[in-house]
Amino acid sequence: MLENFLTLGWIMIKVVIIIVSLLLTAAYLSLAERKIVGFMQDRVGPNRVGPLGLMQPIADGLKLLFKEIIMPSRANQYLFIVAPILAIGPALAAWAVIPFQPEWVLADINVGLLYLLSMTSLSVYGIIIAGWASNSKYAFLGALRSAAQMVSYEIAMGFSVVGVVMAAGTLNLSDIIAAQSGGIHHWYWLPLLPLFVVYWISAVAETNRLPFDVSEGESEIVAGFHVEYSGIAFALFFLAEYANMTLVSALATIMFLGGWLSPFQGIPFLDQYLSWIPGIVWFMLKVSFFLFLFLWFRATFPRYRYDQIMRLGWKIFIPLTLIWIVVLAVMIKIGVGPWFS
Amino acid sequence: MKIEQVVFYIFSLLAILSASMVIFSKNSVKSALFLILTFFATAGIWMLLEAEFLALTLILVYVGAVMVLFLFVIMMLDVDIASLREGFTRYLPFGLGVAALLIIGLAYAVGGEKFGLNVITPLSIQPKVASNIVALGTVLFTRFLYPFELAGVLLLTAIVAAISLTFRSRSQRIAFIASKQIETRKEDRIKLVQFEIGKKNL
Amino acid sequence: MGNKMTLLKRLRHYVKSFLLWELLLGLKLTGRHLFSSKVTIQYPEESIPRSARFRGLHALRRYPNGEERCIACKLCEAVCPALAITIEAMPREDGSRRTTLYEIDLFKCVYCGFCEEACPVDAIVETGLSEYHFEKRGQNILTKDKLLAIGDKYESQIAVDRKEQWRSED
Repeated sequence: MLENFLTLGWIMIKVVIIIVSLLLTAAYLSLAERKIVGFMQDRVGPNRVGPLGLMQPIADGLKLLFKEIIMPSRANQYLFIVAPILAIGPALAAWAVIPFQPEWVLADINVGLLYLLSMTSLSVYGIIIAGWASNSKYAFLGALRSAAQMVSYEIAMGFSVVGVVMAAGTLNLSDIIAAQSGGIHHWYWLPLLPLFVVYWISAVAETNRLPFDVSEGESEIVAGFHVEYSGIAFALFFLAEYANMTLVSALATIMFLGGWLSPFQGIPFLDQYLSWIPGIVWFMLKVSFFLFLFLWFRATFPRYRYDQIMRLGWKIFIPLTLIWIVVLAVMIKIGVGPWFS
Repeated sequence: MKIEQVVFYIFSLLAILSASMVIFSKNSVKSALFLILTFFATAGIWMLLEAEFLALTLILVYVGAVMVLFLFVIMMLDVDIASLREGFTRYLPFGLGVAALLIIGLAYAVGGEKFGLNVITPLSIQPKVASNIVALGTVLFTRFLYPFELAGVLLLTAIVAAISLTFRSRSQRIAFIASKQIETRKEDRIKLVQFEIGKKNL
Repeated sequence: MGNKMTLLKRLRHYVKSFLLWELLLGLKLTGRHLFSSKVTIQYPEESIPRSARFRGLHALRRYPNGEERCIACKLCEAVCPALAITIEAMPREDGSRRTTLYEIDLFKCVYCGFCEEACPVDAIVETGLSEYHFEKRGQNILTKDKLLAIGDKYESQIAVDRKEQWRSED
């Protein structure tokens, strides 16, 4: 009995470590966003709170914590409060199966990828319920847009994941990474390049980030689904968005860029010299690269028009992934290259 | 009581309660949300049966996609409760009859003699399969191949039917044709004209 | 004319759009700006140059001998489009015409600068001061004492600004 409790306690400690570091990542990602987007616009970004503005997320968090949660009149009180919790819950729960480096994974289940997909598909509920419960037309419009968009892009995303599953022959994330070992050209980004591109663009759409942020669309529908939220309830939506960004980046890293694997694997000398670097460092570097792409896209692209988003998802991405799955099946059957032989 | 039993009862209670709330809730959006909760509880029970693939597929497909579209539609409905209540007593016998038929049908299809404890081999005795994805795939593509393919064709027909019912040809609707918009170059839209000052340029 | 493209052009269009060519061009541009030098001015420490004709906080000036310039002609009061200026006048002991009350309501003032243009003796001026605030109700009313105090304090800068302004008007 005591042993059970010890195991449970150890798991709880791990959960707390993951969640705390995740929330810190989300907070500092917001600073990074403001800094990088600022730099790309020839500004310097926030630099007043603490050295180089490093305390800015803390200040923002404290501010939001102390602000009042304003309940709109005739809003559905219960669902209005539940919505932000539903938004952040799946975003955090999904991290249970992410392997940070060999053996560093909370739950090494053999349907990890499926679990991740279902968790990312749940994140739409926070948005829909928030939009509906707010009793506001802008919020509702945002919710409807986001629901249609996320359901559409989930399909393209799912198909690109199917490609990875076909290539690796497993749904277990650690095994998927292990199947890519052998150097940078063994990673799946090369044989699955179209799927990789489709996955990444769908991931941007799935997290409602620019240029696919029609659910927020501040110039059209004020702030979309969270227009009525303030204080910590808004902060939860904010954290959920950034946690989801980190999640899809981690997923892209695992599926296409070999997770914790060193990029210098198989290169003489460099491989030996750099073998002391733990896998989690490579993992985090790759995730940071994808997160940087998020911010870079935000600074570069204007918002898509709604019908163009739908056209891109249904008429281009889904056929493209279907074609490449067939090509991939042929490649696997023949045993092409270093990947499937 | 073992921990598995506790978890099972929690999930079954949740499933039954939320399933009945689907019916009793006055607000149709809340009904849909309770239906989602029911799916979750069912997924929990399947997880307990070590059918993790099915459980997660249930969440992915039903909760993640189907119910989103349900909610999408329901939220835009303007349901008048009073008019729905009308004629409750008049239709009651008919409703009860349908319900009884349904229960009899269900009992016949998935009754105790088919899924009872004496029919199903407990998990602990069953041979360990590498993963239930493999097991499921094997069954679907050997023993149940025809029903499986038939279901697939049926769904395809449904998709085609739905599209053909809602499809309106381009001439009937005002729509952007995005591919044409993208392919447009400046030569198509702009006409550069040379003219001389002091002359009639017509 | 029309929407017809040659086959080759069409092919090139498709290849370009599938390679996300124009998106990559956009990314290149913003990527370059990531490393370019920044144009931000760190405001309280740095500031942009201020024009000599800047119209900020008001002041009443004095002659070098300490005599106040304002002769209560009320031209500024008359010209003020926002009716922000209130003036009352009486003869002083020495018989000269002076104001007993000269108030500017800064909430009403639109900083148009008509008052300083109207002033025949260059008494009321708008200084270059733009960094001021009110903490209590009533502080928005600049009384004669306050206006004169501002004038005394910033006289050197005001004189320089006037000179610059006249030079540019020549």
